[in-house]
Amino acid sequence: MLIRFIGRSVLSFLRYLGELVLLAADTVQSIFTAPIRWRLCFSQVLEVGFRSQLVVIMTGAFTGAVFAAQTFFQFHSLGMDSAVGSVVAVSMFRELGPVLTGLMVAGRVGAAMSAEIGTMKVTEQIDALRALGVYPVDYLVVPRTLAMMVSMPLLVAECVGVGIVAGYVVGVGLLDIPAVYYVHYMQKFTGLRDIKMALSKGFVFAFLIVFISCHQGLNAKEGAVGVGRAPTEAVVIGSLAILVSNFFLSLLLNVVFPYGG
Amino acid sequence: MISVRNLQKKIGRQEILRGVDLEVNEGQTAVIVGRSGGGKSVLLKHIIGLMKPTSGDVLVDKESIIHLSERQLAVIRRKVGILFQSGALFDSMTVEENLAFPLREAGERDPNVLRQKISEALEVVDLQGQEKKMPESLSGGMKKRVGLARAIISNPASILYDEPTSGLDPVVADSINHLIRRMQNRFQVTSVVVTHDMKTAFHVGDQIAYLHEGRIYFHGSPSDFRSSPDPLIQDFILGRSRGTD
Repeated sequence: MLIRFIGRSVLSFLRYLGELVLLAADTVQSIFTAPIRWRLCFSQVLEVGFRSQLVVIMTGAFTGAVFAAQTFFQFHSLGMDSAVGSVVAVSMFRELGPVLTGLMVAGRVGAAMSAEIGTMKVTEQIDALRALGVYPVDYLVVPRTLAMMVSMPLLVAECVGVGIVAGYVVGVGLLDIPAVYYVHYMQKFTGLRDIKMALSKGFVFAFLIVFISCHQGLNAKEGAVGVGRAPTEAVVIGSLAILVSNFFLSLLLNVVFPYGG
Repeated sequence: MISVRNLQKKIGRQEILRGVDLEVNEGQTAVIVGRSGGGKSVLLKHIIGLMKPTSGDVLVDKESIIHLSERQLAVIRRKVGILFQSGALFDSMTVEENLAFPLREAGERDPNVLRQKISEALEVVDLQGQEKKMPESLSGGMKKRVGLARAIISNPASILYDEPTSGLDPVVADSINHLIRRMQNRFQVTSVVVTHDMKTAFHVGDQIAYLHEGRIYFHGSPSDFRSSPDPLIQDFILGRSRGTD
């Protein structure tokens, strides 16, 4: 009984992964072979990127601020106040910025994508697209993928930037860490490798969010329950995928962009 | 010309279609009638390749469509218009944008040509002046008529209608029936109408196919269908159940 349950769960997980890979392959093929609808892409950039800024700025600001404060409380007793800037900057670049931006975008944008596509599915609008000779992946998934590819790295950069500034304001402005040392050590221990790592993670998370969300929408079941479940699952699966993949990405990218290398 | 050959469809363990054969000649209107949940809409979706059969074949203009990919099907689908049960209008677009959609996808960019064709299509369905409305502000009957205008705007060789009168009051349903007849007379299109509304079936059909338990139980002219002595057919025409009070 238990073995059968485990077997069935593993099989359905593998099938789900296979469907995601097929959707991704279909999308990449569409990007290179079908005409791209630039107007839809720009409107998605507006929706995904521009309208997510407030939530990303707030997340970055308060994460940077509280991280600077907590680091100061720990480091102060060791007389390492001036190291706070470097710890905040490196953490924001390598982990907190990309992951928190990914989670916020998965919640805001991923849910909206899956709900919109799911509603289109159950109201026969996707069948109507196909009947009018338009491949749904070309029309719905490609513009969202391109918009996410452009927007996510920029949102990550924004989150990291705001977080570092907020950390500076708290560290120097409120906790009296000397500004010269704060900036000096931050510059010393932060490099191009950290920026590359943040942007690479943002790029990977963009793909995870868009494919998971679009897949949930395209496979939404009939009825209010089906459409309601699509965004919930998109957010839960998307968030888990970001957290799990972040661990493996950190290990991998640490080899590609080694710290102190 | 539309040809369906020994079409079978299984969804899970349920056999929806068990070997359907149907020929619709050019310029003819075939009406598929049958009980709700009997597989009529499933059959219609196979004709335009929206569903893949378990076995059997579907030919549109003598070309088999069942092995075509989605991208290859796009070419066939541009020759066939379909009116969905709900209208299936794109709810993020106005009526005008919904109608312009198939034209733009076919490469038409000239705003004057688009405006002209939209106005003509709306005139056919008696909805002039509704261009700027959003689908949510339209009634059920108006949505179906806009859906029909979108289906015919590219001058398709065939039109498929999925329950064109379901959920409409008798007067609006009658206007849709007249509209379907007008399409046939004006554009000489090949049509397949799926319905369980006998008034629609007799009004628009050149031939009637009665789908029962996944097979075509009867196929013939509307007058033969009406005069059939078969109790199953008579029960269906008269809307008679075998239940007792």
